Amino acid sequence: MSTSAVVMMLIAMLVLWGGLGVAIWNINRYQGEEPESVHRDL
Amino acid sequence: MSEAVEHSEKHRGAFSSRKVFILAAIGSAVGLGNIWRFPYVAYENGGGAFILPYLIALLTAGLPFLLLDYGLGHRYRGSAPLSFRRAARASEGLGWWQVGICFVIAVYYAAVIAWAARYAFFSFDKAWGDDPEGFLFGSYLQAGDPGISLDFVSGVTVPLVLVWVTVLALMALGVQKGIGVASTIFIPILFAAFIALVVVALTLDGASAGLDALFTPDWSALGETSVWIAAYGQIFFSLSVGFGIMITYASYVGRRSDMTGSGLVVGFANSGFELLAGIGVFAALGFMATASGVGVDEVATDGLGLAFIAFPAIINEAPAGALIGVLFFGSLVVAGVTSLVSVIEVVISAVRDKFEMSRVGASMAVGVPAALISITLLGTTTGVYVLDIIDHFINRFGILVVAVASMLALVWVFRKTSLLREHLNRDGSVQVGRWWELLIGVFAPAALTFILVNEFIDNIQEPYEGYPTWMLATLGWGLAAAVLVLGFVAARLPWRESTFLGDPEIQARQDERSS
Repeated sequence: MSTSAVVMMLIAMLVLWGGLGVAIWNINRYQGEEPESVHRDL
Repeated sequence: MSEAVEHSEKHRGAFSSRKVFILAAIGSAVGLGNIWRFPYVAYENGGGAFILPYLIALLTAGLPFLLLDYGLGHRYRGSAPLSFRRAARASEGLGWWQVGICFVIAVYYAAVIAWAARYAFFSFDKAWGDDPEGFLFGSYLQAGDPGISLDFVSGVTVPLVLVWVTVLALMALGVQKGIGVASTIFIPILFAAFIALVVVALTLDGASAGLDALFTPDWSALGETSVWIAAYGQIFFSLSVGFGIMITYASYVGRRSDMTGSGLVVGFANSGFELLAGIGVFAALGFMATASGVGVDEVATDGLGLAFIAFPAIINEAPAGALIGVLFFGSLVVAGVTSLVSVIEVVISAVRDKFEMSRVGASMAVGVPAALISITLLGTTTGVYVLDIIDHFINRFGILVVAVASMLALVWVFRKTSLLREHLNRDGSVQVGRWWELLIGVFAPAALTFILVNEFIDNIQEPYEGYPTWMLATLGWGLAAAVLVLGFVAARLPWRESTFLGDPEIQARQDERSS
């Protein structure tokens, strides 16, 4: 692979997979409120 | 909570947690397009340089639009028609228009899943032999001339029936026990299977040539309008936004959930999977090119050609061909089923809300006709043409049009964005600023309208794929127009007296104050 291709692949991984990692970290530190009970699906 | 709202909430069902909702939303967003469309779109539009317009499209149109859907469904806590109805009486037709589009998509989407399921089994003995293209259209689909025939092909019909039975069983089980549990099981399996596929593909000779072709940047492409159109189109079509799915799913999440944080996870998971798919697909294509002694450009393709012609050829040559086949087609099936479930849920949820039907009753009332139409139209020797035309037109002149219309209506006619922004920010871990209103009010609709106008001109100037005019007029333009008309007709039907049509959030706050 050419150097430019390797660099762009790493940038894409960093941005998209790194972005996913940050997003998961963010929601994990912010629990919010879960439903008190699972609603029945009647 | 008032009795009416409480009744509605309990009756409709809900996801048991935010995590289940996120997995279900990822399952909806990650579909066939992530696997067979993104890699080629990126390759064709600047390679490594495509990441720039792609990321800009994700941040300026994809995520803002996703949050609009989340805001609408979460605030008004209903299916697409009920959410629109609660937001503004006159907007209900937009919701039914989205429901009609989902019904049409479900009808043909099931067929591709059935093909993929059959091909997973074909992988074991490489049933396609040395001519995958001839096998696909000849031996397997038995494709005749374009038209509509009733000559059923058992190899398609049987798996198609099984797909529908599976999906209807999941739908009948309900929001949590059906969709939620399926997503919790299938999404980790999908990611694991695709990662395994990527690992195997990367060990093949020539994999680096494929990755080189995919990631070598062509910076001059960034000056071309078509590349930016491709980026916005890819983001829009892969995120499942604008046609009711995310509205419906958001209505099943707890009232005080963090919707903006969830949106970021779903958006980046969807794009992250696309990148994974790009690496796996192009590593495999690089192997095929090297084995055939040709350039990657001669083997690179997308859509049905990639899945059912190129991959079988790769499976023929690769050392672990059967394993690659099972992982690839298995991934297509899982990604397809979790997306199909979300598409059909839009219709079931709407029917349940409007007619106060039971979960099982609505699942059968929607699913059985959809399955019968699907099997009749797609299980025959002309199914591939029907699928091709409907898919082409309903994506462009169904989804794209309703998405732009809904966005513009909510922002400029019914002026709901400030309210929805406030709602998203109340419990959101990421605060949405006024820039969001600008993006969904001006920027995103402008970008999508530009794509739409280009598509409209292209389709007027050149009839799609040279199909007979009557087929394009009925299954293409006619069907896209019919769902619009039927949507606004459905909106004229009265709601049941027990259905709460006010703003559930206002009602809930009043109840909290008075208790």
